[in-house]
Amino acid sequence: MLNVFYFLSFLAVLSAIMVVVSKSPVHSVLYLIITFFTIAGHYVLLNAEFLFIVHIIVYAGAIMVLFLYVIMMLNLNTETEAHKSTMLKFAATICAGLLLVVLVGSLKGTEALPVNAVADEDLGSVQRLGKVMFDKFLLPFEISSVLLLAAMVGAVMLGKSEKANDIL
Amino acid sequence: MDFILYKLILVGVVFGVTLFVAAYSTYAERKVAAFLQDRIGPDRAGPFGILQPLADGLKFIYKEEIIPVVSNRFLFVLGPCIAMMTAMMAGVLIPWGNTLIYGDNVYSLQIADLNVGILYVFGVVSIGVYGIMIGGWASNNKFSLLGAIRASAQMISYEIAMGLSIIALVLVTGTLSLGEISAQQAGGVGGEWHFWNVVYQPLGFLIFIICAFAECNRTPFDLPECETELIGGYHTEYSSMKLGFYLFAEYINMFVSSAVISTLYFGGYNFPFMNDLGLDHNTISIIGTLVLITKVCFFIFFFMWIRWTIPRFRYDQLMNLGWKVLIPLSIFNIFVTGLVMLLKHGNFHW
Repeated sequence: MLNVFYFLSFLAVLSAIMVVVSKSPVHSVLYLIITFFTIAGHYVLLNAEFLFIVHIIVYAGAIMVLFLYVIMMLNLNTETEAHKSTMLKFAATICAGLLLVVLVGSLKGTEALPVNAVADEDLGSVQRLGKVMFDKFLLPFEISSVLLLAAMVGAVMLGKSEKANDIL
Repeated sequence: MDFILYKLILVGVVFGVTLFVAAYSTYAERKVAAFLQDRIGPDRAGPFGILQPLADGLKFIYKEEIIPVVSNRFLFVLGPCIAMMTAMMAGVLIPWGNTLIYGDNVYSLQIADLNVGILYVFGVVSIGVYGIMIGGWASNNKFSLLGAIRASAQMISYEIAMGLSIIALVLVTGTLSLGEISAQQAGGVGGEWHFWNVVYQPLGFLIFIICAFAECNRTPFDLPECETELIGGYHTEYSSMKLGFYLFAEYINMFVSSAVISTLYFGGYNFPFMNDLGLDHNTISIIGTLVLITKVCFFIFFFMWIRWTIPRFRYDQLMNLGWKVLIPLSIFNIFVTGLVMLLKHGNFHW
């Protein structure tokens, strides 16, 4: 089990680095898809089958297809890639580094968690998740769904062309 | 050890049967087309032309293989591989029959019964588009790229309606596992008697089968390879066996989606009066498997029947049907199903 974990982690980190390093945007997206698959693999190791399959459907199956779609549509490639100034690159690196420090800091306190927290095989099943979600966490669940709806309506509003606005 | 051996045999058999049925679908497609157009169809290779798939396969292998110089070589080869692999993946979850009892051991004819069953099938469908997209992009050809873009937009649009129609089905069955959904539809006049799910979900079935046509890129939804506009669509630049893989993946997809439709809505391996024949368990299971194969063959025929009957949609018609008709209909279906389930279980109070 631990070997599988190390293998998946290695793949995840490697493909994540390749996302940043590779020159062509299409290659970056393809590496990002591999990263999502390896992260989904981690969910299986944690007995969270539902989370695993939803992660694949939503991230690998829908969002990344849209990413790829847009990149192919705009026909971005190495030649047309915009080159930012050195100053901007430095700023981006420093920001990302600071984010890494914050993330590592927030994870530092989790060492005390018991190792066998996922001994229960049924922990990530659909039944258990549904009961927790619609019982204990009903309000946050509903609020986030309203948030998603608002975002969707906003996206449709922004996406509408000027011409359509004139007719209304 | 025994367990692993039996699973391996099962995987091998399912793999073989899938390839066999897909190969003979290509023959059946031509024969059905010929029948519907009042022709004879292939009849040269072997009696009634039954060796035609073999001849086609040999021809594909011996054709010259051309990889365009300007294309991305690795991704160009990866495209058909992904298409083939994702097409084969969903077969793992389908219950091909009831259990076989041999001595004290009970052998299930389903390779894996995950508790997220339907969602797994859905996940495989949603990553299936990568084969087409990567192949179409790597060809470095405008027509291929247009085909790939059409394929991805179409698949994303119809996935939503498909998922929503499955939600209504899950409301009725109360489980996501395909094994349990099959078992719930067991029929027999004497003892337990259950209708097939299509009786409870006629609208859901209609939406699901339309979306299945769209996800398999079959006519009237075959715009990604629309030959009147795009030459060959995403596989314009492909030749030899790589083209064969793309075409073959379509037939495998058809086989697997027919099996999923039969399992979800048409009782899977169950058939009427199965408990009243007085036969022993193993015989019933074997007949059940044959019945499932018959249902699958019917749906494959149905796919072909539609292909040679209905002309192709225009792209805006396709998008309108997906977003403005199927999605509202499936939401309505969920609403009605939910209401009926609530009233039926009698725990309805303000």
